[in-house]
Amino acid sequence: MTRKPLILRNPSILIVLAVLAGFTLTVTLLSQAYGSGVIPTSMVKVLGKTLCLALAAVAMDLVWGYLGILSLGQMAFFALGGYMIGQWLMYARTEAIVAASMAQNPIPPTPAELQTGVANQIFGVVGSSDLPLVWSFAHSLPIQLALVVLVPGVLALVFGWLAFRSRVNGVYLSILTQAMTLALALWLFQNDSGFRGNNGLSGLQNIPGLEGVGQARLSVWFLWASALALGLAYLLAAWVISGKFGSVVRAIRDDETRVRFLGYPVEGFKLAVFTLAAMMTAIAGALYYPQAGIINPAELAPIASIYLAVWVAIGGRGRLYGAIIGAVVVSLLSSWFTGGRAPAIELPFYSVNWVDWWQVLLGVAFVLVTLFAPRGIAGIVDWLGGVMPPRRHGRDLGPDQGALQEQEAKA
Amino acid sequence: MSALLEVDGISVSFDGFKAINGLSFSIGAAELRAVIGPNGAGKTTFMDIVTGKTRPDEGRVLWGETSISLLKLNEAQIARAGIGRKFQRPTVFEDQSVADNLTMALRANRGPFAVLFWKPSRDTARRVAELADEVGLADQTDRRAGELSHGQKQWLEIGMLLAQEPRLLLVDEPAAGMTLAEREQTTTLLKRLAQTRAVVVVEHDMDFVRRLDCKVTVLHQGAVLAEGSLDHVTRNPDVIEVYLGR
Repeated sequence: MTRKPLILRNPSILIVLAVLAGFTLTVTLLSQAYGSGVIPTSMVKVLGKTLCLALAAVAMDLVWGYLGILSLGQMAFFALGGYMIGQWLMYARTEAIVAASMAQNPIPPTPAELQTGVANQIFGVVGSSDLPLVWSFAHSLPIQLALVVLVPGVLALVFGWLAFRSRVNGVYLSILTQAMTLALALWLFQNDSGFRGNNGLSGLQNIPGLEGVGQARLSVWFLWASALALGLAYLLAAWVISGKFGSVVRAIRDDETRVRFLGYPVEGFKLAVFTLAAMMTAIAGALYYPQAGIINPAELAPIASIYLAVWVAIGGRGRLYGAIIGAVVVSLLSSWFTGGRAPAIELPFYSVNWVDWWQVLLGVAFVLVTLFAPRGIAGIVDWLGGVMPPRRHGRDLGPDQGALQEQEAKA
Repeated sequence: MSALLEVDGISVSFDGFKAINGLSFSIGAAELRAVIGPNGAGKTTFMDIVTGKTRPDEGRVLWGETSISLLKLNEAQIARAGIGRKFQRPTVFEDQSVADNLTMALRANRGPFAVLFWKPSRDTARRVAELADEVGLADQTDRRAGELSHGQKQWLEIGMLLAQEPRLLLVDEPAAGMTLAEREQTTTLLKRLAQTRAVVVVEHDMDFVRRLDCKVTVLHQGAVLAEGSLDHVTRNPDVIEVYLGR
């Protein structure tokens, strides 16, 4: 039997890809490097980073919106991806600098001397001059690129296996994911963990070997890479949730016990989705931090992962494009409000300064969306398409905690 | 005839309360059996043990020709071994279409990767259509299961059980909330199914049990009180005292 291709069965894919392509093209044509220069390089970077956050949000939606696990530890995978690529960026760049300075010496340096010089440069700040074991592969781009997905993937696999096997669910699982993130952050904060403690890794915007390119062009290249990654990840996610696999995953979200009695190994499905999402998030992180330039353990703060959940909720849980809309809208608004560009509201007795009040606004928006528009911004798409929630008199679509609520479902 | 399922001397207690107390039970490969008993007799716990939801404190549960122990398997493995369960309240996946519900239940490899690369074929589409037709939902396959009436959900769940092609079917109070005509339909279906597989029906409704016209096991306080034809057990003085007499 021939089936319509995925894209025709799910037109939202085509729309998302088209919008993404249009956006990338527009930004490119308005950039300083390839176009009129209306959009400054710093803004191109903000937009590129936003695409990475959208990718992380798509992965979050897979885990929360489709699998029903409110993971509050996604940013751990995001930051790990950043750390893995950051290791190579920092090592290779420092190596070039050290090699250049040592080239002045009468005797050419041995590889061991070169390595000591690099270690001194990188770890002098935490009072060490040895290259930690975790930097063993930092000299190799291919290996570090592989580690970008492998390290978070293995972490997700081990953590998920332990958590899912003991059937931890709902709020307890959320707390556990949060604890994992916090533990990882605290470990990274230590100077002897090998990741430069609270200094983190810096200078990541300088790509070794591409020194002559300049940030104006690099920022556009990263925008392209981020857009490509988001597009491919969207396709992959849409494919994963399209067929019988998607059916089973949504069934697990709504009624896990029933799925077990159908004979499906629920833990295996949870692990597969959780690990896939962790890897997608890590790729987003690996593209994000070279645009941000610096990564430190504060990036793993529990609040960061909670923001991710807020974006997905505001965008619309259980709709992949909703996650993108939520991440883009909220993070761009956030950088507008906190960037000091939003005009303060002058009241006779008080001046509402948005840098301080933005978080309050976001919190209120989150509460309002949860209460009055559980379908989030994506609900507008449903409303335009005439899709109404079913009439269930307040009953969720399944007995599980992560189950879709009446208002989130489509009739 | 060797038994398909053999439950041997199982006991389980919750916080000191003995829900099942040395219960033994066996059923052949193609047999219809009704399990009756007052509330708290242990009917649901018995089903929970067979399907792997509850572990007994002692006793054995053996399955199939090779007599493998079900106590070592989890719920999903037991389901894959060929035991299907119909819950008292209809439990279908309400956010998904009737066809999706049936497709998920179709007998196939259940591993995550096999499912990920699974593609519908002419065969599976025909099978889903057949099943939908069999349970009277042929014109509803695109509707979401959540929109169906209570009775239709019951039927969809039965369709899903059929799709699983189990060798043993555990059915919890199928007649609850059904109209008279639906009950008759259900009786016919259960009898037909029992020609090729084992079917255990847990039921309160004596009228319905009489229609099933099969061997009856009476449970009381977690143990078997009597077993035999309905007429035989209803004449049993113990049964009259604890169950029918009230």
